[in-house]
Amino acid sequence: MSKHTIHVTINGTAYEGTVEARTLLVHWLRDDLRLTGTHIGCDTSACGACTILVDGKATKSCTMFAVQADGRSLQTVEGLEQNGQLHPLQEAFHEKHALQCGYCTPGMMMTGLALLQGNPNPTEEEVRVGISGNLCRCTGYVNIVKAIQSAGEKIREAEKSPVTAGEGGGE
Amino acid sequence: MVAETQHVHGLGEAYKRKEDARFIRGQGNYVDDVQLPGMLYGDIVRSPYAHALIKSIDISKALEVPGVLAVVTGRDLDAAGLAWMPTLSADTEAVLALDRVHYQMQEVAFVVATSRYAAADGVEAVEVDYEPLPVLIDAKKARDPDAPLLRPDKQDRQPTNHIYHWETGDRADTDAAFAEAEANGVVVSQDMYVPRIHPAPIETCGCVADYRAATGKLTVWMTSQAPHAHRTLFAIVAGLPEHRIRVISPDIGGGFGNKVPIYPGYVCAVVASLKTGHPVKWIEDRTENLSSTGFGRDYHIHAEIASDKAGNVQALRVSTLADHGAFDAAAQPTKFPAGLFHICTGSYDFKNAFVEVDAVHTNKAPGGIAYRCSFRVTEASYLIERTMDTLAHNLGKDPAELRLQNFIQPEAFPYRSALNWTYDSGDYEGALRLAMRNVGYEALRREQAEKRARGELMGIGISSFTEIVGAGPGKHFDIAGIQMFDSCEIRVHPTGKILARIGVQTQGQGHETTFAQIIAAELGMSPDDVDVEHGDTDTAPYGLGTYASRSTPVSGAATALAARKVRDKAKKIASYLLEVGEEDLEWEPGRFYVKGSPDKGKTIQELAFAAYTNCPPYLEPGLEAVNYYDPPNLTYPFGSYICIVDIDRGTGQIHIRRFMAVDDCGTIINPMIVEGQIHGGLTQGLAPAMYEELAYDENGNLLSGSFQDYLIPTSMETPHWETDRTVTPSPHHPIGAKGVGESPTVGAPQAIVNAVVDALAHVGVRHIDMPLSPWKVWGLLKEHGLATD
Repeated sequence: MSKHTIHVTINGTAYEGTVEARTLLVHWLRDDLRLTGTHIGCDTSACGACTILVDGKATKSCTMFAVQADGRSLQTVEGLEQNGQLHPLQEAFHEKHALQCGYCTPGMMMTGLALLQGNPNPTEEEVRVGISGNLCRCTGYVNIVKAIQSAGEKIREAEKSPVTAGEGGGE
Repeated sequence: MVAETQHVHGLGEAYKRKEDARFIRGQGNYVDDVQLPGMLYGDIVRSPYAHALIKSIDISKALEVPGVLAVVTGRDLDAAGLAWMPTLSADTEAVLALDRVHYQMQEVAFVVATSRYAAADGVEAVEVDYEPLPVLIDAKKARDPDAPLLRPDKQDRQPTNHIYHWETGDRADTDAAFAEAEANGVVVSQDMYVPRIHPAPIETCGCVADYRAATGKLTVWMTSQAPHAHRTLFAIVAGLPEHRIRVISPDIGGGFGNKVPIYPGYVCAVVASLKTGHPVKWIEDRTENLSSTGFGRDYHIHAEIASDKAGNVQALRVSTLADHGAFDAAAQPTKFPAGLFHICTGSYDFKNAFVEVDAVHTNKAPGGIAYRCSFRVTEASYLIERTMDTLAHNLGKDPAELRLQNFIQPEAFPYRSALNWTYDSGDYEGALRLAMRNVGYEALRREQAEKRARGELMGIGISSFTEIVGAGPGKHFDIAGIQMFDSCEIRVHPTGKILARIGVQTQGQGHETTFAQIIAAELGMSPDDVDVEHGDTDTAPYGLGTYASRSTPVSGAATALAARKVRDKAKKIASYLLEVGEEDLEWEPGRFYVKGSPDKGKTIQELAFAAYTNCPPYLEPGLEAVNYYDPPNLTYPFGSYICIVDIDRGTGQIHIRRFMAVDDCGTIINPMIVEGQIHGGLTQGLAPAMYEELAYDENGNLLSGSFQDYLIPTSMETPHWETDRTVTPSPHHPIGAKGVGESPTVGAPQAIVNAVVDALAHVGVRHIDMPLSPWKVWGLLKEHGLATD
């Protein structure tokens, strides 16, 4: 099996890795880099537990090979908190009780992040469409929808007041 | 040492969850997150056939695959006496098949390799020669004379595919009541199938087994809802000394009953670790999870109600065919092979009832487990709520009116049912009337009539369910003989901070928060000062685990009582420090004070410090307590759900316009968490009603073995759930709590089916089997001339 050297920026930090061509991005993140916040819930790209941002776009990391991430910038759940400050999405998921077992939560938050970056003030219907590729078996989605809307509100408020930290991103 | 008075977030407060802090940061520790030095990976060779003889297994090519270290077969296990393992229902199940496979995806060999990918390569390289056999999929044909015998391995004690017959109730009196109703009243009967479904937690099953020869200690991180019971079973099955087995159930990504049984993969990983001396990880993929691990339901039910002409129900008669698949791996208490199915008289005052269940084998995956349900309550509640609607429609009565007419009345509690359950408390009319008020029931019925006149299809479905949860008592309930009690241990540290450990285990229910609230309420301190641990058999007190909504009713009771033991000892210390008799002390949240002198007192934190620094000479130092709680009875949560649907006559599509859930789970510890449980449970009730089914073709091929075809509801299918509550405490629980996790899964499906049938009742439709696909509904519309182009 051929091996490849890749260079990937993850949550603002540069990583170099050597991977088999067939290694899925999610396995490289979890098993090699030990970024285990990104989860695996299926093998058909249906559940969305492995969702991360690739160059700002929500992507199921089980649908990409690690080699395809070469030269790209990724963001995972581990990058949401900045300088000890929770991201508004993290705060809102906690406040709105949008998680139970926590397994789908990282993927759900990353999808929510991409959604809010494109639409900072989504309606309930827009959030439901936005997270329809992410399965949750515990919450029935009602509180997840509320949390993403609440995070949007927090982000909009923060942007009005320049002192507060805004959305997460690179370091 | 003076503690500050803190706000007590005790019972009834929407205290935010303590466990969230790690999950929102991606710092949960699930089984697949465990990575140990030198760890190997296991993967399983599975049968493509539903029924076949294994002629040969050739592992030579697999052993040549780079990274593959070993391939374990059934023969290897047989040599160690481990080829078969007991199920939770007095059957034995093949760990790895020896000479016969009994269902598609059954485990045949276990490949051990240095990486996930190498293990998968090894699986591809194992060559198995099968001789296909006739396949039995239809449970109704299992007892036909020409049906293939599926379990020759136990032919001596079970000569056919018929596993058991079980019955309860008074057959003669019930038959007499039916004869009377045939003559002078009304009899309705309904056939219904509760399809085979799967809990499908988003985290699949898996483990890391780590045997250390030097110490003789086996540590298994596993997706377990019952770590202590699993430790004991490992000790019994594998013959390992129990004090050298440590089962750790870390963060679990949803359970719902799926993680109650022991699966072959766990056993293989343990064997592989024993054999190689390395830790071995085994993690299922989704297809393996759906196709081989514990399914739920699969009951073919025939239910009849005898009533007088006014709709006063008299008797219930039920016969059921249960499909347990290839091995009877049902997770049921020993005494009750059909679980608590005989709660099926539900919320109604039946004088007579008789229930019988016959279970058979088929070439389907083994089970069935209690999927988010207290041992077959879902099937029981479905049959009574469906058949009550059939009776209402046949009598031309409003389904709400028929229910109100037949409810067990509040003053009848404790109520002894015709099938010998003692219901603890309830106010069924209160819950239904609240739900009706919330949706504007009368106006909806008027709207329905108007719509019908215009040719539009709208239905209103009611489910007034009664649950039965919180197993024990231990004298009636067990897992493999171990009685269903539960436990809590509380350690109060000198500075007044608490570490509590509980015998149950959370898979998302929020025990670390709610159990801290129970202790906080009992001791008058903040839950911030109480940490709750669980899931590690080396540290937690023995318990039977979390399923059947038993955590709050059983371990929650143990927790309250352990906290009261702590308070009792603190009182003795207060008496010593304040130099008054115990009878002269009063308790207010967080503090004992001298009667009549409220300023003369000691806080619980001061008393904790004294327990270690200035303990009365006649007491043991320290401040700890343990309680093992065997409940005197089960608890009986209940509720009334109302679902309103509109049906598209062109496509058969069902639109859930509103779904109102009124639940009563007794005393509420944390309303935020209770509501979250209800949202999730309702979604798992919606799922079988409309989308999910483990369906097989006649050759035993599973047709829904991935999330592409096993349709878990997404945010698009799931309605905006509306919830409300009544509160009727359990009289026998220390804090009056009843448990809630499963009520909505139990209560929701029939509300949806009843709504759809209600929409079509005027043309004579009385029943539609789940899942209510648009195709199925459209077929009915067509049949009754209601379909439009």
